[in-house]
Amino acid sequence: MALQGLEIRRSSASLRGGGTGLRKMATVAKYIDTSTCIGCKACEVACQEWNDLPNAQTSGPQHGTYQTLPTMTANFWNLIKFREVETQDHGLQWLMRKDQCMHCDEPGCLEACPAPGAIVQYVNGIVDVDPEKCIGCGLCETGCPFDVPRYAQATNKMAKCTLCVDRVSVGLEPACIKACPTGCLQFGDKTALLEVAKHRVEQLHGDGFAQASYYDPQGVGGTGVITVLKHGDHPEWYGLPKDPTVPTTVSVWKRVLHPIGFVAMAAAIFGAIGHFMAFGPKKPKDSSRETGGEV
Amino acid sequence: MASLAATFGRGAMTNGWTDIKNTDLVFVMGGNPAENHPCGFKWAIEAKKNRNAKIVVVDPRFTRTAAVADIFAQLRAGTDIAFLSGIMRYAIEKKRFHEDYVKLHTNAPYVIGEKFQFTEGLFSGFDQTKAEYDKNAWQYQADPKTNAYMVDETLQNPRCVFQLLKQHVSRYTPEMVEQICGTPKDQFIKIAEAVTSTGNPERVGTILYALGWTQHSTGVQIIRAAAMLQLLLGNVGRPGGGVNALRGHSNIQGATDMGGTFEILPGYLKTPTGATQTLAEYLEKGPPTTLNKQSWASMNYWQNYPKFMVSLLKAYYGRTATKENDYNYALMPKVDGNYSWMYLFDDMYRGSSTRAGGKEPGPEGLISFGMNPVGTGPNSPKMVAALSKLKWLVMVENFENESATFWKAPKEYGGAAPKDIQTTVYQLPAANFAEKDGTFTNSSRWMQWKWKAIDPPGQAKSDQEVLARIFLAVRDLYRKDGGALPEAVLAIDWGYTNPYAPDLGEVLKEINGKALDDIKDPKDPTKIIKKKGEQVDGFAQLQDDGTTMCGNWLHSGVYSSAGNLAARRNNADPLGLGMFHEWAFSWPANRRVMYNRASADKDGKPWDPTRPGIVWNGEKWVGDVPDIKPDSPPGQFGAFIMLPEGVGRLYSPVLNDGPFPEHYEAIEAPVDNVLHAKVTSNPVSKKFSTDKDKYGGRDQFPIVCTTYRLTEHFHYWTKHHINGRLNEVQPEFFFEIPEELAKEKGIANGSKVKVTSARGSIVGPAVVTKRILSMNLGGKKVWQIGFPIHWGYAGDPKHAGPLANLLTPSAMDPNTWTPEFKTFLVQVEKATGENV
Repeated sequence: MALQGLEIRRSSASLRGGGTGLRKMATVAKYIDTSTCIGCKACEVACQEWNDLPNAQTSGPQHGTYQTLPTMTANFWNLIKFREVETQDHGLQWLMRKDQCMHCDEPGCLEACPAPGAIVQYVNGIVDVDPEKCIGCGLCETGCPFDVPRYAQATNKMAKCTLCVDRVSVGLEPACIKACPTGCLQFGDKTALLEVAKHRVEQLHGDGFAQASYYDPQGVGGTGVITVLKHGDHPEWYGLPKDPTVPTTVSVWKRVLHPIGFVAMAAAIFGAIGHFMAFGPKKPKDSSRETGGEV
Repeated sequence: MASLAATFGRGAMTNGWTDIKNTDLVFVMGGNPAENHPCGFKWAIEAKKNRNAKIVVVDPRFTRTAAVADIFAQLRAGTDIAFLSGIMRYAIEKKRFHEDYVKLHTNAPYVIGEKFQFTEGLFSGFDQTKAEYDKNAWQYQADPKTNAYMVDETLQNPRCVFQLLKQHVSRYTPEMVEQICGTPKDQFIKIAEAVTSTGNPERVGTILYALGWTQHSTGVQIIRAAAMLQLLLGNVGRPGGGVNALRGHSNIQGATDMGGTFEILPGYLKTPTGATQTLAEYLEKGPPTTLNKQSWASMNYWQNYPKFMVSLLKAYYGRTATKENDYNYALMPKVDGNYSWMYLFDDMYRGSSTRAGGKEPGPEGLISFGMNPVGTGPNSPKMVAALSKLKWLVMVENFENESATFWKAPKEYGGAAPKDIQTTVYQLPAANFAEKDGTFTNSSRWMQWKWKAIDPPGQAKSDQEVLARIFLAVRDLYRKDGGALPEAVLAIDWGYTNPYAPDLGEVLKEINGKALDDIKDPKDPTKIIKKKGEQVDGFAQLQDDGTTMCGNWLHSGVYSSAGNLAARRNNADPLGLGMFHEWAFSWPANRRVMYNRASADKDGKPWDPTRPGIVWNGEKWVGDVPDIKPDSPPGQFGAFIMLPEGVGRLYSPVLNDGPFPEHYEAIEAPVDNVLHAKVTSNPVSKKFSTDKDKYGGRDQFPIVCTTYRLTEHFHYWTKHHINGRLNEVQPEFFFEIPEELAKEKGIANGSKVKVTSARGSIVGPAVVTKRILSMNLGGKKVWQIGFPIHWGYAGDPKHAGPLANLLTPSAMDPNTWTPEFKTFLVQVEKATGENV
């Protein structure tokens, strides 16, 4: 949803965002420390409750763990992924990571979206879908390297985590953060949370996890979710792509073809004006068809 | 809790949730706090993040807690005593125990009488025919000159507790631990090293446990072993230390404190028996006798027993209780034999009782408050059959549960056809926790007042209103029609403002106690410390002459003249140790860490000045609320004031199954006891003998099985509720099966499995996992499986599932009669069309 009072940094299929640029806000982020996550699913329930999402059709055993859906769905935006991995140095690891929209600094979904203003990035970095403008084409899926946006058949709209923009804009933390019992989830200014992440990673190095690191992939300009990983050299164990980037097809569409489209559109408009100046207004053949309700 | 009382003096978590942040080492065994206590587990994570504390987990499964642990090892379910004894041996052999602490604060130097022996798996005093011990064979040696305890400060006397313990645990070598527990030797040593790293003044470690220790036929002795280990390491009484029992319900600690089981009255006073017909006889047996006469004597706080009991009788019977009539002691029920609910159900099923000597009829009715015995009792077919024998059953519940609908249990529970069951079932709708006010007493012993959030729906009533209305109706019947012993009911004091629905604030005031006459200062009788009618400030003001009343001495202080302290919500923490003295009320006396005298050395200086419990400042003890007379100088009293010895018990002669813990196999075990094959399981554990009480052998049932809970659900509750969310995040019953076993049996993830014990069979989907491995027990390969307990046949049929306890045995610990839910034997097979 587009939120009044929160300025827009970027907007899909538009040349510029909707804001004045005068209002400065720090970029916000979620901090996820997977090394202290106990996979309790309080964040899942909080997300469902706050966003009034209907119950999903879950099932018990997913590859022998406590995960109850294979992936996120249009009605389930926050899913903890469980994985059992046998490692050389640390024996069996039961890895749990909360999966949701990563709120990229350079969002592929926004780049891929052809509907003006349907996907926006607010000045604080939150990437959000405006259902009023979404045309349900599903192109955002192709732009996302994290496989996040989901098409909802019932509404013909795309759906994903909003980073609780409605809560954040009034000074509250996202619902998932509020519900986390162990404090493995935190919310705040990204710069401050990066320091928290660095400190925790150092601690993990001291605990014998030499490859520990935090995940903030630069291929998408960094993400609004900072994820601490004990096995930083294996983000794929946590269901994260190693070096995510916006797919070339999408960037080509956005950076090359899209401007060309604008040029073409401008040419058409100037052409029309030229036509008007030269020949006067074009008369409709049947004026009764001019108005019509939505289908 | 029996073991903690037998070791330290009180049956409760020694420290508290918020104190866990002060620790250097979190040792989790017999519990899965990340799963079952996720909010409290936050404090373990705090310790990890802020103190670089290490988390060590030992469990039959790689659990959610193990997922965030630094070290994990798998052990065979039910072998915890061998593992813990192995660590004690390691600590003693490698001198990794806190020697000064052990000499000062434990009974290690105390000499034990010659009668105590341990041979071939049996302690002395064993009576083969009764399957009971005579505890007189385990007593201390008195010094012939002084008749006080005989003590050897050098710990060299071969009959002193330290030497006896050393000898007792010497058999638990790492190799023996591996053979019994199935834990590879190198993993065991790694854990022993980590745990014993706290056996010194600089470091401190905590132990967290829950029902994974309690629910065994050796449950109390497992916890004893942990308590002894913590004494050896000097971790009791210190911030960041302790033996911390994590309670499974929001108010289970409160329920026990208020006399929730048959053998105790509120405040852990003893239920009178037929042997004590007068109050004088009863009081004589109340306080334990002490031989302690030297310095470091015990305060032996139970010497105040008469004050607590007389004040309780005054709370029960009010004005009718006088000195002349023994405060109506004669009216109190005298309980002979075992009235724990397992025994009640056994009587119910058999239709008779031999408890009081002669043969009597079994119970004909049952009122069940907030309990689901068919769900929570072992061997569900017996539970169903027992309820079928009743004339009437009253269920006071939020929802209709398996016990209320026992008469239509599915066929696998083996019950009679509904038309053949004559029991009348009454369901009284009860308000739930959010629909009434009152207190919750959490694991930390914090009594926290809660406020009603919403009105109960429909005709649902609060528990106190249900109880009050039954009581008043019964009293009216006695008044009108008379009957046997009417005075036992008529004499009860029921002076509540609203007798039909007593206000719980008023009840809490009664629990706190008040002066019934002016109370004089014992130091200066011209001064009055409490005027008649005033609330007392704490149990120290209670009297044994009928001039005070108190519903539970242990909680006294919670509602003093300062108001309802349970309702306090000030999170100031001036000491920085997470004590929060102005948050709620922590019994006893708002003390946050029990036995905190042991946090200091002989001079009253803290072992670790960065984490002091209490400190002697030359005049008094400061810091936490001292667990000792506040102005008694170091050396006057021992740190464990509730015990007659005044010190922590490494050797405890009061439990029913021995002064030291010994490894016994579960009642159903996959192997013989390698230490003493003739005494393989706990020789005094309890079993039943009806046709429904079946126990399986390892030939037919070779696989070890355990049961547990999931964080997504709360006991047997959620399926009844129209709460789609919790069923959404954990929708169905399952078995967790090791990968290798699944392969052997042709079981794929998600496919149906049939698991059978001597009691019955359950079919459900398999979760095939790497998180449980096979074990090598001295060359024999043994498998374990497990499954969660939350399902049942009542409630929303979409979320119905098997009752876990269809498979569990009615075998019990001999001290608490807690069933052995955590270890039993099963057979596992792929479910096919034919065998389902």
